[in-house]
Order: sequence, then structure tokens, then C-alpha cells
Amino acid sequence: MLSLTLERQSWAHRVPVGWKLAVLFALTFLTFPIERLEPLIAGIVLVLLGWTSLGRTGFRASLRALRPVLWFVVVILVYHLLVGRLHQGFVIVLKMLLLFGAANFVTMTSRLGDMMDLVIRLLSPLRRVGIPPERIALAFALVIRFTPVLGQRGARLAEAWRARSARRVGPRIVAPLAVSALDDADQVAEALRARGGLRE
Amino acid sequence: MERNIVYIAVFAALIAALGLLPKVTLLSGIPITAQSMGIMLCGAMLGARKGALAVLLFLALVALGLPLLAGGRGGLGVFTTPWAGFLFGFPVAAFATGLAMRWMRGARVGVAATVASVFGGIGVLYVIAVPYYMAMTGAGLADAIATAMIPFVPGDLVKAVVAGAITGTIYKARPRAVMSRA
Repeated sequence: MLSLTLERQSWAHRVPVGWKLAVLFALTFLTFPIERLEPLIAGIVLVLLGWTSLGRTGFRASLRALRPVLWFVVVILVYHLLVGRLHQGFVIVLKMLLLFGAANFVTMTSRLGDMMDLVIRLLSPLRRVGIPPERIALAFALVIRFTPVLGQRGARLAEAWRARSARRVGPRIVAPLAVSALDDADQVAEALRARGGLRE
Repeated sequence: MERNIVYIAVFAALIAALGLLPKVTLLSGIPITAQSMGIMLCGAMLGARKGALAVLLFLALVALGLPLLAGGRGGLGVFTTPWAGFLFGFPVAAFATGLAMRWMRGARVGVAATVASVFGGIGVLYVIAVPYYMAMTGAGLADAIATAMIPFVPGDLVKAVVAGAITGTIYKARPRAVMSRA
């Protein structure tokens, strides 16, 4: 399965994930009360500089990630134009673009494994309430393995449907998909138990 | 124990797989994906606690940078839009769906799952998503309902009915798997 991380290394890939996330959270809280346009534009210029430092592929990937957000931008601007509060509309849109751009920068320059290690480390205090971090790591790994399997099986069920019916593939294929996924789940659970299982 | 954790993981993966199904685009131009149906299924099938955990697991992987949301979206950026209230509301919606399943323990599974999905996957979800949208955009209640709720509700009602029917089918095929009834 593809992750959103850029393959090509950059200076930002070498910054520890914890630092990048800390800066991102600080930025989120600092941005929230801002009501003027200038600091937001300055922030966006910084984000653009960051994108540029990732090289051409990095810049293009950043722009591509922005595409689904553009629709929101249009909706919000049109709405605020209609109610006559365009300034507020620009504040909202710039804030969103700034945070989205920065958040995406972190995602693109952090490896999935490093992110996961950090999260599991941060969640390790949960051990005291009976959720050991190894179990969370196992759950992550299981989802990453199951998702492509279920995706492929869904595609196969859709193919089988199309081979037999002239009608469009409907949501009905979710039932056999779910039943087969549950059978897999029972087998995997048994296999885990057979190999010693999880400590209670 | 093993069974619980594997079921939670499988349902998180099922939400992701539902995002890969071909999407239907409404007349208003808003894509309707099967993904929010996955949220309803989690609550209806696994019950409140495990259903919410499955959704949290899915969202955690999205935040960590996997493109699991419909349309191949993912990463931390998706949590910054005014519509992110839906994402934050998803685990609560699954929890509420699971709770409603327990309240309707006596009813037929398919019917109970439909009603529970309407309650959790639509009612509770919008109670979180609409105020979030208002806080992020400064829109009034009427405007927020018009732009963030009305366009999606018809599709959501269809999904709730389908989620109910699917839960009923699974209950017939694998009664033990419907943990909310176990």
C-alpha cells in the first residue's frame, strides 16, 4: 500500500518526527486567534518556501494534495461573498490553507514507521489502564495488512457481479465482503492464539 | 482477547476498503462514499466500545499518513478543514450506534441496526460536525445546516438502511460475529 511520504530524502526528512509534530501543534494553536491577513500570508509564504525546499517532485505532490481542499475554498469564499463578509472568508481560507499546507509538509517528510514508533511511545502510559503498546502496534500492523486484501477482494466481488448482471455494482457486495473478512479475522485470531496468544 | 483485537483491526480495514468502492456523485456535485457506512457498521456489529476503537484505529492510520480516506486522501492535513468535524465525530458516532444497538436488544437485528445507524451515524455525527463547522467558519446555524448537512443527509439515510440490511445478513450468516448481540 502506498503511503503519502515522499520517497526522495530532504533536510526535513532528517528532522525527528516529534519535533515536526510539536511545531505543527504549536502552529495550530497560534493560528487559531489570528484575525488579520498579513500574518497568515506570511505563514503561507513560509509553507511555500518549505515546499520548494523539497524539490520539484515534492512541490508538485504538495500541490496535488491541495486539490480536494480547493473545493472547500470556493464554497467558503462564495458563501462569505454572498453574506458580505469577504474579509472573514479570506481569514478562514488562508488559515485552512496554511494549516493544511504545513500538516501536509509533515506527512510528506515523515516515514510511516517513524510516525508509528512515536505514537506507540506516546501511548505507552496506557499500559497502566491495561492497554499495552505492543497490542496497539499489532492492531496497526493488522490493519495495514488487511486493507489491501479487502480492497482486492472487493474488486473481485465487483468483477463477479459485473460478469453476471447488467445492473451497476451496488452496496450489496459489502455483505459478502464483510462475511469473508470476518472469517479471515477468526482464522487470524486462532493463529495468534496458537502461537502463544496475547498476554492478558 | 485475540478475537477482539483482530475484529477491531478488520473493521478498521473494512472502513478503508469501503473508501475504495466506486463512489456515486450526487446532483449537487458532492461525492457520496460508502466510508461513513463503515462507521455505522462498526457500531452496529462490534458494539459501542469496540466499534469506536475500530474507528479510532482507522483515523490514527489516516493521521499517520496513509491515504485511506475516500479519494486517496490522508495525512494530517485532512484534520484541518472545516469539515474535519465529521472525522472527529466518527468514533463518537460508532459508539452511539453501538449503544443504541444495546438499547434495542429485543428488536430484530436488521431493524435495530438501521435505527441505531440513523441515531449514531447521522444524528450524533451531525451534532458534532455542524457546530464544528460553525466554529471553524463563523457560519450561523442555518447556513451550517444548509452547507454541511442538508446535501449529505439523503445519502446518509440510504447508507443507514443498507448498513442495517448488511448487519441483518451477517447476523444470519455468522451470528457469532455480530458482537453487539453476543
